Amino acid sequence: MYVAVKGGEAAIANAHALLADRRRGDRAVPALRIDQIVEQLGLAVDRAMGEGSLYDKELAALALVQARGDLIEAIFLVRAYRTTLPRFGYSQPIETGEMLIERRISATFKDLPGGQMLGPTFDYTHRLLDPSIVDGAVPEPVTREADTAQAPRVTDMLGRQGLMEPDGETDPDREVGDLTREPLDFPLDRDLRLQALARGDEGFLLALGYSTQRGYGRSHPFVGEIRIGEVDVEFDVPELGFTVNLGRVRVTECQMVNQFKGSAKVPPQFTRGYGLVFGQAERKAMAMSLVDRALRAREFGEDIVAPAQDEEFVISHSDNVQATGFVEHLKLPHYVDFQAELDLIRRMRADHDAAEMQEAAE
Amino acid sequence: MDSVLDGGFAEPVMQSQTAFRAIMDALANPGTIRDLVTSKPIGGLSAELASVMLILADHDTSIWLDDALRGDAAVLEFLSFHTGAPVVRAPGAAVFAGASSASQLPAFAQFNLGTQEYPDRSTTIVLAVPALSGGETLITRGPGIKGHGHINPVGLPKDFVVQWADNRELFPRGIDLLLAADGQVMGLPRSTRISEGH
Amino acid sequence: MNAVAQYNFAYLDEQTKRMIRRAILKAIAIPGYQVPFSSREMPMPYGWGTGGVQVTASIIGPQDVLKVIDQGADDTTNAVSIRAFFAKVAQVETTTHTAEATIIQTRHRIPEKALGQGQILVYQVPIPEPLRFLEPRETETRKMHALEEYGLMHVKLYEDIARHGRIATTYAYPVKVEGRYVMDPSPTPKFDNPKMHMSEALQLFGAGREHRIYAVPPHTEVVSLDFEDHPFEIQHFEEPCALCGASQVYLDEVILDDRGGHMYVCSDTDNCEERRAAGHVGALGADPMEAAE
Repeated sequence: MYVAVKGGEAAIANAHALLADRRRGDRAVPALRIDQIVEQLGLAVDRAMGEGSLYDKELAALALVQARGDLIEAIFLVRAYRTTLPRFGYSQPIETGEMLIERRISATFKDLPGGQMLGPTFDYTHRLLDPSIVDGAVPEPVTREADTAQAPRVTDMLGRQGLMEPDGETDPDREVGDLTREPLDFPLDRDLRLQALARGDEGFLLALGYSTQRGYGRSHPFVGEIRIGEVDVEFDVPELGFTVNLGRVRVTECQMVNQFKGSAKVPPQFTRGYGLVFGQAERKAMAMSLVDRALRAREFGEDIVAPAQDEEFVISHSDNVQATGFVEHLKLPHYVDFQAELDLIRRMRADHDAAEMQEAAE
Repeated sequence: MDSVLDGGFAEPVMQSQTAFRAIMDALANPGTIRDLVTSKPIGGLSAELASVMLILADHDTSIWLDDALRGDAAVLEFLSFHTGAPVVRAPGAAVFAGASSASQLPAFAQFNLGTQEYPDRSTTIVLAVPALSGGETLITRGPGIKGHGHINPVGLPKDFVVQWADNRELFPRGIDLLLAADGQVMGLPRSTRISEGH
Repeated sequence: MNAVAQYNFAYLDEQTKRMIRRAILKAIAIPGYQVPFSSREMPMPYGWGTGGVQVTASIIGPQDVLKVIDQGADDTTNAVSIRAFFAKVAQVETTTHTAEATIIQTRHRIPEKALGQGQILVYQVPIPEPLRFLEPRETETRKMHALEEYGLMHVKLYEDIARHGRIATTYAYPVKVEGRYVMDPSPTPKFDNPKMHMSEALQLFGAGREHRIYAVPPHTEVVSLDFEDHPFEIQHFEEPCALCGASQVYLDEVILDDRGGHMYVCSDTDNCEERRAAGHVGALGADPMEAAE
């Protein structure tokens, strides 16, 4: 008597129990605390917040532990939580020109109002493994008070001379696009595209940005400015008739300055690629600004010849939660479909063998 | 009616679900009559129309109202408070249209008929009628109908059969129609063919 | 930190349900047309049934009885997981019996037993666009549907015939709904296609990752694409089910050893169990008690 395999329920429960065990690891080792992760794995927390589209360090840190450090799994956990939250409205645009700056560099000007500030960067560190960081004492860093009024954005300075395309005017009555609320409809407006890129997978955008540097959609980019720091988030409450300050968030902004030769209507000027990400996420912001500029090819009448310029291709595949789900779904049972294919292959082989027999006989 | 707070569902989650299933079944089985969960009439807005708007409309859906309803402050307050849906004047801009009687209803073709690429971006008209049966018998055919069916609602627009045929001709574009009376609803999606006869 | 949220009935918030419900109504009104909807992140991965789960969550109520199948079986891991999800967030009664269910959520199969009036079959759909593998761009396929330009699909099927002597599509076999839209039936084996035609049940399709919902109302014409000289035909199995002896049903091949030994058993586990309970016995399905005697 053949007994079909049963017990999916018990198997799932047991697998989850084993996962919990492996997640905790050796019980003799102290369990990670959320505050340790927030403080000491801050960039992982920032990535989970950025691609998870939810600014909450503790929740992102919890997601990281729950995901055993798997970043995409953590991003997924944050997203799945975010989607259940009530929506009160959209904040006012943040003003990065008034940022409390911790890092600010420009590759286009040697010196500029507000100066260059290196901030907490890996740049110029020698990548030598250093066991002393584990328990060595860390001296207090040298700091100075941020001076907001003194650091205008590089793009604004270029803009005043007419050398940089304007930021673009938006109809104040137009509601901002939101891909978490409306299905995407290609071609996209830039606000939706930037939202998709800000949520997009860092690795995917990095590779696409890189490809534009190697000739697949070249755009002659210069880092006009990267700035990292805190900005106020303000919310307009119509019932109250004024704007309330909801708090501050840390963001990374990258403005890429790109060549544009001009057209019949527009004089030669620089064009922008824009990147803005939650937390400290410089690589992501830079990749985003490269891809943003590449995706503006249609707007500038440039030939669309490279993957990074192909909006439908880039945006449809940039979301790592969607991508991982669909790739990983291949491990779900497919035996019904496989049976159908098996049957077809067998029949085709039988036809093939019969034809060969016939040939041999003739 | 004392307050705009009145007229909502007492148990919105469960009542919306039950009422939605009635509307879904009505559209999936065109011409059949389904019991709707209703609260109460709001000014000139029948309890059935109020119920459909509560279930389906919100900030993201514009509503067109006929002159009688749009001139009724209680109706506007109710819709604004309970659904948040913006009320529009142009029938072509409406996701939902509410009409208190057929005489108040512009031609179907004046509403949003959707596009060939996006036929779903069309208006769903919700029309209050005196009764869902007892009127002239019409024959229905199409998806959701086994063979053919009969409907006989009272109070359809005068040239309904001709207008409907024109609407059907536009398929996949076209409006969808919900008729409501006596705590019940009947669905006529654009896919239904309607002819006179017995 | 207070991360433990109070979830709404059936998980989704009411605003999301309204949005999905509106999409379902449009889908019913335009059979076979894919309605875009703003799919939400669900607590299970994209590609694992989030579209079906969102559709079910938007229609289900306490009066419903839910059945969930994957590959035709109620006890496959993903079916178990989704059933447990709804038992938890919607407190609904669940069943494995096809006839008792008011809503059946499925991945890759249509139950063998004909569905009846009032039943709803919710399909989980990975790629809703039947033209996607011929034309990867949504902007293009949308135009093709708008213009009813389905020549490319026929060309593809005909190329199969030229190359293989038969249409080599065995699952996700395209259908035409009410003579208008070409539709992907989801990756069900083509064996199940005829069950969609004039079904008494309402069929709803949810594709979460691809943000599409579509529908086939009851009593609706669903025709598998074919050619006069190569008519559509379904799979046939050489042997009946080894457990219940059923033929004319879809079977899974089970490998018994590494020497080519195999047998076929029903893919629809509920149908198989009911048949065995009614006394039908296949070659390997003898009751162990009786066999011992």
